[in-house]
Amino acid sequence: MGNRIVYLDHAATTSVKPEVFDAMKPYFCEHFGNASSIYSLGRETKTAIEEAREKVARALGAQASEIYFTGSGSEADNWALKGIAAANRKKGLHIITSAIEHPAIMNSCKYLEEEGFEITYLPVDSDGLVSAEQVKNAIRDNTILISIMFANNEIGTIEPIQAIGAVARQRGILFHTDAVQAVGNVPIDVEKMNIDLLSLSGHKFYGPKGAGALYVRKGVKIASFIHGGHQEKGKRASTENIPGIIGLGKAIELAAENIDEYNKKLVNLREKTIEGLIAKVPYIRLNGHRSNRLPGNVNISFQFIEGESLLLMLDMKGICASSGSACSSASLDPSHVLLAIGLPHEIAHGSLRLTFGDENSEADVDYLLEEIPRIVTRLRDMSPLYEAVKEK
Amino acid sequence: MYSEKVMDHFTNPRNVGEIKDANGVGQVGNPKCGDIMKMYLKIENNIIVDAKFKTFGCGAAVATSSMATELVKGKTVDEAMKITNMVVAEALDGLPPQKMHCSNLAEEAIAAAIEDYRRKSGLVPNESIDCKGCCNRCNRIHENVDDLGGCE
Repeated sequence: MGNRIVYLDHAATTSVKPEVFDAMKPYFCEHFGNASSIYSLGRETKTAIEEAREKVARALGAQASEIYFTGSGSEADNWALKGIAAANRKKGLHIITSAIEHPAIMNSCKYLEEEGFEITYLPVDSDGLVSAEQVKNAIRDNTILISIMFANNEIGTIEPIQAIGAVARQRGILFHTDAVQAVGNVPIDVEKMNIDLLSLSGHKFYGPKGAGALYVRKGVKIASFIHGGHQEKGKRASTENIPGIIGLGKAIELAAENIDEYNKKLVNLREKTIEGLIAKVPYIRLNGHRSNRLPGNVNISFQFIEGESLLLMLDMKGICASSGSACSSASLDPSHVLLAIGLPHEIAHGSLRLTFGDENSEADVDYLLEEIPRIVTRLRDMSPLYEAVKEK
Repeated sequence: MYSEKVMDHFTNPRNVGEIKDANGVGQVGNPKCGDIMKMYLKIENNIIVDAKFKTFGCGAAVATSSMATELVKGKTVDEAMKITNMVVAEALDGLPPQKMHCSNLAEEAIAAAIEDYRRKSGLVPNESIDCKGCCNRCNRIHENVDDLGGCE
């Protein structure tokens, strides 16, 4: 026992890196000026914002003028969908997305449906993949936007973004990707991948919460999201969250510098965990694509047990993780992503997501491989479903 | 989210297991909903002398199962039938609102096990299933049946 904490929920959020925090600090008490002001106190914050914009652009292969700061990844997703829909309403009403998108996309689509738009939710295969072919076949004369996530937040599957982007480009349809889980984890180039709009969120790569961005390719017409002052070219009014923007800039700069090393480190931890669990625990399945997945994502279903119980027991051992079980949410249904890849309800209820990050080490994997099998056995011994299997 | 008592009953559940010579066994719930409760009762002279359970479910499901077995032990069959989901929830110092359906499961499991006992001992005809209208509540929620017939 002890007070060991093993944080394995980096897909939920990350800590702010000390270097990021240091970069933010002067912008609270000292350089607090409103970036719209004419005096030097305001001008210096304006310059700092533009430097941060430059850093975000560099990390994506974009131009600074194509980056708009937002208050979160969800806001960027909402803006992309609603803003493109509003600006293109006369051109068409059809939008293509996938069945495994984040709620920020899903619920924006549902809202747009109520507003008269037609949404195609493309199904995914058992690995969680959408193909470029599927996207191509779903395109209609009135399709105005394709929005497919870069990588899934639950099962980690990375979508064939470049191929989907190529289809969109060829047909002259705008392509948005929710890259909230991907930025900082996998290399992204909006030019090479034919991406027209991209959402990101700072707190997923060691930046602060409350700071996100939307990349909008030059020339793409998008409606304003917040009407007010001239900030963000009048597209997203609000006095800028300067410390947040500075933190986001610093975090993405660090992430881009270390991406290869970080990716390699996480893949090693992920593989050791997956291999170890498969070797040690019977009746389990890996959810998501075996290799084409986020470097730090492990998502495993343990048959005959329920996810929330598993999380509570892991928490007692200091292990912070998450699950797609209904009981870990307010609804009666398990995660829509796990159902979309074809898992039966009872197996979806027993899913566990572990997402590795900076502070994890191989010692954490050893600890996991010791504790998880023990906890799973304990819960299975309590389960009437396991009893039935044992009797066979 | 959970009370200390719920966490205590989840961490150290009382009466986990099976009773080999149980004369009342009831299983309720549905794997689709993520919870199944199986209750074993040993009843002698109309008194519940032992109770054990096995549960597939969340923290609240395990804790309510544990508490339900504690509550029925030593009670007469009629007394046990009066244990409602509210009684179980209150004994655990309350449950979060979204977890109240777990306490329904405990009430149903007690009723199902007693029903089984009554059937086996010839006290009720085989076909009569007296479940107070709450059977398969979860199935009905999944099938979007609004009428939960008597389930409060």
